[in-house]
Parts: sequence; C-alpha cells; structure tokens
Amino acid sequence: MSHLRPVPSDPPSEEGGTTAARLADLLKRSARGDEAAFAELYDATSARAFGLAVRVLRDRAQAEEVTQESYLDCWRHAARFDAARGSALSWLLTIVHRKAVDRIRSAEAATRRDTAYGQHHQEVAHDETAEAATSSIEATRVRTALRDLTTKQREAVELAFFGGYTHTEVATMLDLPVGTAKTRIRDGLIRLRDALGVGEVAQT
Amino acid sequence: MSDIHALSGAYTVDALDEGQRAEFERHLAGCAECRAEVASFRETTALLAETSAETPPASLRDSVLAGISQVRPLPPVTPEPSTEEKVAPVAPLRRRRLPQILVAAAAVVLLAVGVLAWHPWRNDTTTVADQILNAPDAVRTVEQLPGNAGELTLVRSPSLGKAVMIGNDVRSPGSDKTYQLWYVQPGAGPVSAGLMPDASEPTVLSGDLATAQAAAVSVEPETGSETPTHVVAEFPLKPGSGGNGGT
Repeated sequence: MSHLRPVPSDPPSEEGGTTAARLADLLKRSARGDEAAFAELYDATSARAFGLAVRVLRDRAQAEEVTQESYLDCWRHAARFDAARGSALSWLLTIVHRKAVDRIRSAEAATRRDTAYGQHHQEVAHDETAEAATSSIEATRVRTALRDLTTKQREAVELAFFGGYTHTEVATMLDLPVGTAKTRIRDGLIRLRDALGVGEVAQT
Repeated sequence: MSDIHALSGAYTVDALDEGQRAEFERHLAGCAECRAEVASFRETTALLAETSAETPPASLRDSVLAGISQVRPLPPVTPEPSTEEKVAPVAPLRRRRLPQILVAAAAVVLLAVGVLAWHPWRNDTTTVADQILNAPDAVRTVEQLPGNAGELTLVRSPSLGKAVMIGNDVRSPGSDKTYQLWYVQPGAGPVSAGLMPDASEPTVLSGDLATAQAAAVSVEPETGSETPTHVVAEFPLKPGSGGNGGT
C-alpha cells in the first residue's frame, strides 16, 4: 500500500512549520491519556473548530454541541491519528466538518433549508463581512487565495464547504450541470491548494 | 481521468450524499492518486477554516475537558497486512483493568457522546443508534465477555422500543467469524437480531424489544446462523434481573 508523507500543513507564516509538529505531538500524548496535552490541543485549535461549526451550522448552540462531540471523538480516537496521512488540525477539522454537515442533512434541517435558498443566497454574500472579523496573517493569506479563484469556483467551493450543500444542490443553486459543479469544486480546491502552498502529497 | 476521480473535491468537502460517499470511499481504498489528492485537499480546507475562527465560550472548554476525563482513549489499531482502510477496529487485549465503577462511568459517557466515527474517512453515524443512546429512558447493562475478551454494553430505550449493542475492547471473534445479536422471545427462543461484524460500532438490534426476555450475543460463522452456536453474553431484560453493570 502506498504511503503519504507528512504534509506541511503550516505555511511559513508567523508560527513557522513547528505548529503542525506540536499539534501532532499533543494528539499523540492525548492518545496515551494525557489530559493536559489535550487541553493544550484544545486551546490551540478550538477557535478554528468552533468557528467552522458556526460557519456551517449558523447556530451557536448546535455548533457547540458539534464541537464538543468532535473533541470527545478526537480524544477517544487519538491513537488512530496517523501523522503520515495528514496534519492533526486537518484531522480534527475533518471530523468537525463531517459532523456539522451530517447534522445539517438530518431531516429537520433539510426541511428548514428547502425553503431557504433565497435567504441563504443572501447570507453567502454577507459572509465576506463576517470573515473580515478574523484577521490573523494566515486568515488574510487564505482570503487572498479565495479571492483569486474565479467567481464560479469560489461560489462552488463556498457553498459546498461552508454552506454544507451537496454538489448536486450546488449544481441546482448555480444552474449548472452536476458534472460541472463537482469539477468546479475540485478545480477550486486545486487552485487554493497550490496558492496556499500546501505540499503536493507524495504517493507510492 | 474517469468520472469517479473527479469526485475527490466534493468528497473532501462532504458534498456527496451517503451513497456517493460510500462509493467514493470504496474507490479511495484502491486509488492512491485520489487518496493523495483528498489528503492535500483536507490540508487546504483546514486552512479555509482559518477565515472563520471564533473563540468558543469558556463553558465549552469545561465541558470538553470534563468529558474526556471520563473517557478512556481507544488503543491503536493493529494494522492488518491486507487492508489499509478497513482494519478491524478490535483491540488487542492489553487493557488495564480499571475499577468497575470507572468502566461503567466511561461507558455511560461514551454512550452519551453518541456514535463516534472511527476516523474522518468513514461515516458511521447511525441516527437510530443515536436516538437510543440519547433517549432519556435509556437503560444500560454491561457484560464482560469470557476469557477477558472485552465487554459489551446493551443500551435499551423502552420508549423507543429499541436497543443498541456496543463493544469496548472486544476481541475479534476470529477470522470468518462474526458476533451475532439475539432476542430471546417467549415461546420462540432466540431470534436473530442481526449481525455485529464490527463490535466497536453501535449496532441496533432488530426485532421486538418489548416482548423480549433477554438479549444475547454469540459467535457465529461470517454469514450468521439461524440459532446461536456459541453464546458469549446474555442480557436479561426482565425488570430487576439486570446484569452486573446496569444503571
């Protein structure tokens, strides 16, 4: 089986490449039951985890639940984290995002959202204001990369990732064939990845 | 590039429906190129989260840390040579014996947490299991497996009329074998309540909880059996006859 090498998840920004290694180490210590390490991990990552849940769910109470579930999941399964397959942060945020999206897809949320496209569409536009609230160097860099996508790519990536819509829903919302929507999401991610200098992940 | 490769982006951002997700994950298991792409996309989307960072309330930190103090981290998976993605999540038996009360407390917290995905590459969320685990009238019973092979917890909700089984550090039943769940029904004896191929995942028992006198777990050939071959745990369901770890 092929193996992925560690991905340098932290770009050469203010904290340098050591943050990823530190988070991975904290997660490994957590797997051995080190609660202090986990607390440190929480402190280093919770703003991103919670913020992502809020962004996707648009509901603070639910976002808190999802964040809490995600961290407990993370603690319980810390031993399964494999630094060779990605960074600790992306591991955690993948759990958060998956849980947030699963919650959105629950029947109740689906009903609510069925009628909310117009409203939602507006909110997507508003997000740029919300984003302006956070202002780390890193966030600025990411926002620049997002801005450099084509409008079409950005819409597709944002509706899918932050909006929690399926690519089929994204296609409908943007009046696109389904195949085009999934291509835009992928092309958008490729462009972002390259712009952000996320290492090409080596393969066999 | 065939069509399915192009789903890597949508998969990464959880924009596939259940069926497509499962299909793509099967594809991923055999496609190194897509695994690499998904891994690089995950690093990318992790950076996207940077733009929405928001400090959570301090109470959340307290809840998380209080929660983990009562949950034992699972042991690492011992890799099987043949499969990468589908390593059986059964623990080798190296668990330290914790005081029984702590085990019970941990089980309760684990169950309260709900269904936990093994890792972000797989989605094991089971709505019915979640409902049972979170039901206000949920009753938990813990049974140790013979031979120090781990423990099983049965959680049942009379109001929902359903029960769910979850293992903790349960040893693999052996190759070509599976755990099978049973309800013992009056007059009919043991009736299959489904297979539990993965003891670490909450598995909802099918059948009628309301009439059942007991639930049981047995070791069976991979495809299951009509009647139990080797019963390894039994959970009495009559009031007042609970197992050793009941609530």
